[in-house]
Amino acid sequence: MTEKIISINNLKKKYGQQVVLNDVSFEVDYGQIVGLIGPSGAGKSTIIKLTLGMEKADSGNSEVFDTHMPNRKILNKMGYMAQSDSLYSSLSARENLIFFAKMREVNKANLDAEIDRVAQVVDLSDQLDKKVDNFSGGMKRRLSLAIALLGNPQLLILDEPTVGIDPALRKNIWVELGKLRDNGCSILVTTHVMDEAELTDRVALLIDGNIIADDTPSNLKQQYDVDSIENVFMKAEGDM
Amino acid sequence: MKTLSISSRILKEIFRDKKTLAMIFIVPIIVMALMSYVFKSYNNTDINIGTVNVSQQVETNLTKVKNVNIKEYKSEKDAENALHDDHIDSFIVYKNNDYKMVHANIDASKTSMTKAALSSALTQSSIKNMSSALAKVSPVKQSQPKIHLSNEYKYGSSKTNFFDKMMPTLMAFFVFFFVFLTSGMALLKERTSGTLDRLLATPVKRSEIIFGYSLSYGLMAVFQTVLIVLFTIKVLNIEVVGSIWLILLTTFLLSLVAIAAGLLLSTFVKSEFQLMQFIPLVVIPQIFFSGLIPLDSLDTWAKALSFIFPIKYASEAISNVMMRGFTFTGIGIDLVVIILFIVVLTSVNIIGLKRYRKV
Repeated sequence: MTEKIISINNLKKKYGQQVVLNDVSFEVDYGQIVGLIGPSGAGKSTIIKLTLGMEKADSGNSEVFDTHMPNRKILNKMGYMAQSDSLYSSLSARENLIFFAKMREVNKANLDAEIDRVAQVVDLSDQLDKKVDNFSGGMKRRLSLAIALLGNPQLLILDEPTVGIDPALRKNIWVELGKLRDNGCSILVTTHVMDEAELTDRVALLIDGNIIADDTPSNLKQQYDVDSIENVFMKAEGDM
Repeated sequence: MKTLSISSRILKEIFRDKKTLAMIFIVPIIVMALMSYVFKSYNNTDINIGTVNVSQQVETNLTKVKNVNIKEYKSEKDAENALHDDHIDSFIVYKNNDYKMVHANIDASKTSMTKAALSSALTQSSIKNMSSALAKVSPVKQSQPKIHLSNEYKYGSSKTNFFDKMMPTLMAFFVFFFVFLTSGMALLKERTSGTLDRLLATPVKRSEIIFGYSLSYGLMAVFQTVLIVLFTIKVLNIEVVGSIWLILLTTFLLSLVAIAAGLLLSTFVKSEFQLMQFIPLVVIPQIFFSGLIPLDSLDTWAKALSFIFPIKYASEAISNVMMRGFTFTGIGIDLVVIILFIVVLTSVNIIGLKRYRKV
């Protein structure tokens, strides 16, 4: 039996009168990359916020590592990268990494090694002492990802991680994500880029607060009788 | 300790932001120097009094009064014109045994100075008349006791002016205003840039974030007050009777209130501009209720209102230490009230962060 890392059951969430999530259930299993795709406003970010405990569901529950969320301590096992870069721009890349490493309770003795490791992954090793102010958009995005990787989290939650990153580096990052998965890390990633969705182990299609499909990319393509996830998406949205 | 990491990160950011540094350290010094200069010269304003048909003796007495200049005019009409053209501030007409004073009354303090000058001049002449009359009645030369006036100043000297009274309030105000503004802006920026969300996605405690802010900006406030206090004592020559340490303690506590107020307000606003809009509501009224203007004459409701302004307590405490040499016990109650403000506002902030993370 596979171990469930994230388990979301019958989540409902309303902001005022607007229903954002309407009875959503899905899970992320151990060592899986799960892609969450859907049009903007479908509720992707809300699912992420509920998983992190930043929001509370109106009904239903979300469990991460068998712990009912929201829970502060369990956050230590999770790495999070938001849609915005969320960096301290007057600090250098290294200072940003050190600060968040301390917040993530990374062992002090390993601090330097850990920072070198994550910098290597996102190819920023030579730029660590530059101020973030002088970074290009892509570099900021990479630094942001590096921060999420600090402390070898068992679960990565990435909200649009590859926006503004050039194709070569994007490919590299997906190779790295694949390696992380092979080492036992579970990854929940939202994306707009449909060919990225092909690289995941499972895709959940979220439209108007409902999960309308949740399977491996190849099964989905078969089910909808199309040749790409993009077409699955179009067809599924058309059916609504 | 995450609190320490957070506050050292914030300090690093402050020290790299030259504008914030200037706002905290240079602006208060400039404003205080200017105010001190303005109030010192204001204290020595001369008043110009015109006289029409006033006796020689009264005029001589008037000129003896400090800061009074006399100009004689032939007719009331001439004096009226001079008053209109701003050559004189008031004029005195002697007619039918009556003194009539006409004041421009643009500056009320000049008006009252004129009144005081005339009455003292008249008293002097009447005493002189009496003694000469007395001398006629009893030709025996009396040894007149010579009256000598001496002044003793418990605080300061004869040069003490309104600026000295304002000083404690000003100090409290500067510490409050700049720390309030900069800390509020900083948390707002942290929220809008998304770093607050990222921070809250780590196992950091909400209280550690708030304490980190309080510690770093509190430290900045201490530097700021040391600078302001040294500047006022060494450069502006303002006397401090009590202990400087008590003043520093008071301003440090006040700065914690200001930080908490700034952080609290920043959660209600969406942009830096909106934060600025709160200044007239939060900061300006505090100046008027801080003891600058005596509160005894206020209505009860207005007096009651003054109790909710933290600057009032700090300025009261600083003023008592600075001018009356109060000790720790003397300002104890003020400090307790300030601490109460800190505890309440800080707790509200820690709970308020729940808006961004539920645990």
